[in-house]
Amino acid sequence: MTVMDLLGAPQGGAPTDPDQPPPVVELRAVERQFPGDPPVHALYPADLQVGAGEYLSVVGPSGSGKSTLLNLLGLLDRPSDGEYLLDGIPTAHAGERERAALRARHIGFVFQAFHLLPHRTVLENVLLATIYSGVPRAERRDRAVEALDRVGLSHRLDFRPTVLSGGERQRTAVARAVVSQPRVLLADEPTGNLDSESSAAVLELFDELHASGLTLLVITHEDDVSARAQRRVRIIDGHMREIA
Amino acid sequence: MTTVAHHVPRTDRFGVSDLLAEAAAGIGARPGRLVLTILGTVLGIASVVVTVGLAQTAAGQINKQFDAVAATQGVAKPATSRGFGGDTRAVGTLPWDSPERAERLNGVEAAALVSEVELGDLDVTAVPVHDPSAPRVANPAVIATSPHAMEALGGTVVQGRYFDAGHDQRADRVVVLGAEAARRLGVVRVDRQPSIFIGDRAYQVIGIVDGVLRRTDLLSAVLLPNGAARADLALTTPGELHLHLQVAAGPVVGSQLPTALSPNSPETVDVQMPAGRSSVRESVQADINAIFLALGGVALLIGGVGIANVTLLSVLERVGEIGLRRALGATRRQIAAQFMVESVVVGMLGGLVGAALGVAVVTIVSAASEWTPILDLRMVGAAALSGGLIGLLAGLYPSLKAASIEPISALRGGV
Repeated sequence: MTVMDLLGAPQGGAPTDPDQPPPVVELRAVERQFPGDPPVHALYPADLQVGAGEYLSVVGPSGSGKSTLLNLLGLLDRPSDGEYLLDGIPTAHAGERERAALRARHIGFVFQAFHLLPHRTVLENVLLATIYSGVPRAERRDRAVEALDRVGLSHRLDFRPTVLSGGERQRTAVARAVVSQPRVLLADEPTGNLDSESSAAVLELFDELHASGLTLLVITHEDDVSARAQRRVRIIDGHMREIA
Repeated sequence: MTTVAHHVPRTDRFGVSDLLAEAAAGIGARPGRLVLTILGTVLGIASVVVTVGLAQTAAGQINKQFDAVAATQGVAKPATSRGFGGDTRAVGTLPWDSPERAERLNGVEAAALVSEVELGDLDVTAVPVHDPSAPRVANPAVIATSPHAMEALGGTVVQGRYFDAGHDQRADRVVVLGAEAARRLGVVRVDRQPSIFIGDRAYQVIGIVDGVLRRTDLLSAVLLPNGAARADLALTTPGELHLHLQVAAGPVVGSQLPTALSPNSPETVDVQMPAGRSSVRESVQADINAIFLALGGVALLIGGVGIANVTLLSVLERVGEIGLRRALGATRRQIAAQFMVESVVVGMLGGLVGAALGVAVVTIVSAASEWTPILDLRMVGAAALSGGLIGLLAGLYPSLKAASIEPISALRGGV
């Protein structure tokens, strides 16, 4: 039994029932401004709730505040104001250690640039995520192999990322993101560096992950990528709005 | 089980073994660069080891030449005082059993009394011919010794034998000739039982000795047992006690010997003992070391700067990796620790290779010069460890730099 098996029940809409589990991601009037003269408002106060098992996409042109939102959601940055609850845990004022621990165990990242270590094999790259997230030592290898099997790369375990195609690299990155069984997968322009065929394969993989109950949050500027999601949020000039 | 465990068992956290594995992988990723990185440290450490090692070897070599004769020889004499007339006289005497007393001391390998015998107007000759017209020739010296004289003085019996305690006790009229004296007296073989004459008394020559390094004057002397000298030639007091010591036993034996020889008045015995080994070596070493150690220090400094540079370069190159690790849940401290360990390991590698290289150079140079290589192994260990220390210092700034990298910008700009 895994985390993912248990999720997936509440689909769409914020849970109002107090017996319901808290939303995986909840932004309460979160804003981010960068000091300057005048201060730059990268994100105006925004509210967002993403329940367990939801598939949400954030769209917007470049420079609209998508990256700021991603950094806030990924606990890589702190909001200037407001509160961000990850899995019901308040994080805005959490210490650096606690935020690192939350990143390790609750969030899986997928980046546009893959960020695979070129000198490590595919398997080692996936194993890298397990050492910081407290996956039991005895299970690490099995879980990594399983994650790679899930993204269809079990025949590439001992390859270096440098010899993989772009699509395979991104699938390796996805395997690395899900190996620690996070509550939410944050993908930042996951298809930005891929050709259309590879893009389709990665999006297919996201659909499968979603179907198995994983909460997905995909940030993109491509409409056909965002169209795969159940819910869509648009950011323009720091203002976040849900698209009906 | 779904509420993600906040309390991860200690064994599953990012621990020392993970840290070491990550650092090792980071270092191993670029073996070519590793070689270049450690080169400075290798040269620095090697030059320090070679400097100190060769200095020690050279000092040991000098000492060895000193040692061979001087460092194992000691002498005890009766103390003397200066009288009113400007003459010196002995204030005490050594006992006749001084050799036995001395040999009981730890560190004394052999001891023997050596006393010059006054001949008066007696001649030493091979044939007792009284020829009033012949010119008088200089007599060889006659010296009385106790039985272990050759052991104590480093001589060898080349023919026959040396007299023993029995000859001494019975006052047998036997002599042993120094090689030079034997030649002058015309004694070439002792198996024909030749005799020489001191005055009118015949003494049987039972042996010929050579190579008495510590008293070469004995080579041109006639040596006879104390017993005979006392009975026939009126030897009244022993002269000097010569000792053959174990290496480095000098100071200890020197402090004990007067009491052993003269328990009631140890101040009447003068002893001359070899100094401890260290003083000569240290002075030689200090001269050689100062300059080369300074050079080695400069090389080490350069090596450290080299490591710092390459580690910093590596940090800048791996900005993406650092950002990724932070995103995967690494704390700043874990990032800093990883680069720190990488730097220390690189430094330690340099130290180990450098120390090994240094030892090899010292050994080869010594072998080529037919010296005995002398190297303080603690120094070699310390040199290897100091490589790690250099790595530690060199890694400080790059590690802090790595820890301060913001994952956001790192991940956006990465490869």
